[in-house]
Amino acid sequence: MSEYIIKNGHVFDPTQGIKGDKKDIAVKDGKIVDKVGSSAKVIDASGKTVMAGALEVHAHVAGPKVNAGRWYRPEDKHFDSHKTAGITRIEGGKSIPTVFKTGYEYARLGFTFAMEAAMPPLYARHVHEEIHDTPIIDEAALPVFGNNWFILEYLKNHEVENTAAYIAWILRQTKGYGVKCVNPGGTEAWAWGLNCLTIHDPVPYFEITPAEIIKGLIEANEYLGLPHSMHLHQNDLGNPGNYKTTIDSLKLAEGIKATNNFGREQVLHSTHLQFHAYKGTNWGDFESGAKEVMDYVNKQKNLTIDTGNVTLDETTTMTADGPFEHHLHGLNHLKWFNVDVELETAAGIVPFIYDPNNAVFASQWAVGLEIALYAKDPMRCFITTDHPNAGPFTRYPRVYSWLMSKKVRDERLNSFKKADKVISATNLANMDREITLYELAAMTRAGPAKCLGLSKDYGGLKAGMNADIAIYNINPDKFPSTGPEIEKAFAQVAYLFKSGKICVEGGKVVDMGHKETFWVDAKVPENKQVMHDIKEKFLRYYSINENNYPVPESYAPHQHIISVDASQ
Amino acid sequence: MHRTSTSSAWMRASEVERMNTVTLTVKKQPELYLECENVNPDVFAGKKADQIAKLGAFQGKEISTLGDFFTITGEAGATAADTKIVINGDCTKMKYIGAKMTAGEVVVNSACDMYTGSWMKGGKLTVNGDVHSFCGLALAGGEFTINGNAGNYLGAAYRGDWRGMSGGVLRVKGNAGSDVATFMTGGEMIIEGDVDIHLGTHMEGGKIVLKGNANRRVGGQMVKGEIYVFGKINVMMPGYKPVGEKEMEVDGTKATFVDYIGDLGERHPKRKGEVVYGHLYMKK
Repeated sequence: MSEYIIKNGHVFDPTQGIKGDKKDIAVKDGKIVDKVGSSAKVIDASGKTVMAGALEVHAHVAGPKVNAGRWYRPEDKHFDSHKTAGITRIEGGKSIPTVFKTGYEYARLGFTFAMEAAMPPLYARHVHEEIHDTPIIDEAALPVFGNNWFILEYLKNHEVENTAAYIAWILRQTKGYGVKCVNPGGTEAWAWGLNCLTIHDPVPYFEITPAEIIKGLIEANEYLGLPHSMHLHQNDLGNPGNYKTTIDSLKLAEGIKATNNFGREQVLHSTHLQFHAYKGTNWGDFESGAKEVMDYVNKQKNLTIDTGNVTLDETTTMTADGPFEHHLHGLNHLKWFNVDVELETAAGIVPFIYDPNNAVFASQWAVGLEIALYAKDPMRCFITTDHPNAGPFTRYPRVYSWLMSKKVRDERLNSFKKADKVISATNLANMDREITLYELAAMTRAGPAKCLGLSKDYGGLKAGMNADIAIYNINPDKFPSTGPEIEKAFAQVAYLFKSGKICVEGGKVVDMGHKETFWVDAKVPENKQVMHDIKEKFLRYYSINENNYPVPESYAPHQHIISVDASQ
Repeated sequence: MHRTSTSSAWMRASEVERMNTVTLTVKKQPELYLECENVNPDVFAGKKADQIAKLGAFQGKEISTLGDFFTITGEAGATAADTKIVINGDCTKMKYIGAKMTAGEVVVNSACDMYTGSWMKGGKLTVNGDVHSFCGLALAGGEFTINGNAGNYLGAAYRGDWRGMSGGVLRVKGNAGSDVATFMTGGEMIIEGDVDIHLGTHMEGGKIVLKGNANRRVGGQMVKGEIYVFGKINVMMPGYKPVGEKEMEVDGTKATFVDYIGDLGERHPKRKGEVVYGHLYMKK
């Protein structure tokens, strides 16, 4: 494989504390090395910013729910399907892009890894088919557990070992990466026409509370020592006053320590926190609760979060939080998709327009930025749009421009039609902080890599790490001052190296790389009870035979297996 | 308000003596279908015949030029509003003529294929023949006249979209097919002949005048807006209720209409404390 030397770039790498110093980065055989021979190809990065490839910690980019969005929204790609010259295929879709466009766009933005945030185990094959077809970036998927009948039954009696054995079994069957929990108990309650809006609302029939589910899943996750922590979408998403439920949920992690061999320190990752940080009792007296929530997060070292920034676009909301999607449909009357996934989960989809003229949406925009700006430790706060729920991931450059420039942010804030209302309901107008390139590297590279348990190979530029490198046309000494300039600089990398190969050059995709699918193989002591329960549930309830459940290797031919051993 | 703005657009468009005319005459038939997205006054504006001949046109996945299929004479005005396009010859395999136009005038002396006049925002488009399905989709302004019959999904929303016709005037001299004016939110559509099933489904504003008969399911899930039917509806939707009679003049015809409100099975907004319904007026 070729050798490269990236010369004279301004390097930002929180894993080594490098803050924009001019430094050469050497690449050999897909890895970053200390030095290369004189025949190495020289990439001139002078006047440019060099970072590790970025990691997406939470996005809905592959699987049945995403694809349902694609087929029921032909209008999403109608005026936005194009073929450019070169090796790329037709790229279609704005909020629910094709798998090809998904891979190309992440690569153009400087990303080399993406986590599919919600995999229904029963439809894991579909998730892997799409992951396999998404070029360039490495990916993994989190199976959902928070409304799974096995989990509800085991955790009702606080059977952590059985829960862990079942999680290990599911990870192996679905080639899954970790433990996702969406609206714990609420989605199951939705099958009864109900919801769980606090962590103490009992789930009908199962008589368990969201609090017991959350805590039990955290304990099972640490029992197994998985690379990633429990990944939580809290109850009562998107409703005024929900910040209390959010803090109540986060408090469940108090006193639990991370147990793993991957350098991960958090035991709970709280996702798209913007949607969970609202005060008030209705949209009339709505206020931002970002400060209260972030004050708590900043104190608790065993938590990580991602933002869920509203980008003020037309988009497609999709989540395993079935009742919430029904609620959204009631608000905007647009087409609603709903599906129940047997014993496991559910999903809903509704198109959504975050109209900047609407005070609520403009306030949500402000809350998302506040979350990131209140974060004291950029290694524990990651930037997401909960793609496509709060906006498409292709808007990251715009989100960065709002976070990195008070001027750009205030221009947007003051030009809202209901600016006065947004300014009085939120704290954003008083916030002066501007995220630096170094902090951005922590929030988008080193932080998410550590949170996902991938810090050995990802998120930094140390010798021995993957040669996943993004080079941007940004001179830190002359940082662009306008929103469009910042956006342009982040939207099209000068170069993207994926595992030592140049995949994007001058914003143009030039190589499809060799993407890998990550999954976790967790070894547990033999558990006859759980194996018996699985057999019984397949016979009694599932619509398919147990033998047709696992994802065969042919669905993930380029798999990268991370092994953990919890059998001792 | 709509009437005023469209009639002033019409005044501008009718000042023909101040408009430059480009004439396109079909000289070769496409093997598949020709996508004439570039045949509209906005693209032609400021161009001479030879420049227009070089504009692209897709046939399947292959791109050719308008000059390959049309003989082009005349030149366009400086702006779309000063440009008139006349198309002669058989256009039954031409799609997207006049689509997205915002001003000026287009006259097609032939039948046309799909998407003719779709997403039109202004100006005047006249087809002296039939149009296929999906024409006048999401019409937002201007005047689109079809002096023949229209296919299905006339003036409807694009597949999957909930934003249908929102403005302008769409007139069909003949019949139209099914799913006409789906998700209409504004503007006026006049169908002088008959329609098949699903007229004004999900309608949330605007006005439809049907001078002939309708088959079934007129105004299904209608929230707001008005549908006037001069002829008969084969089978009436169950969600409509007669609430009285009204003497009205509709598109030049004075008559008594029975006022039905509906669709009672659909949500309805409130305005000043009163529930707003869709109105289906049946001529007595």
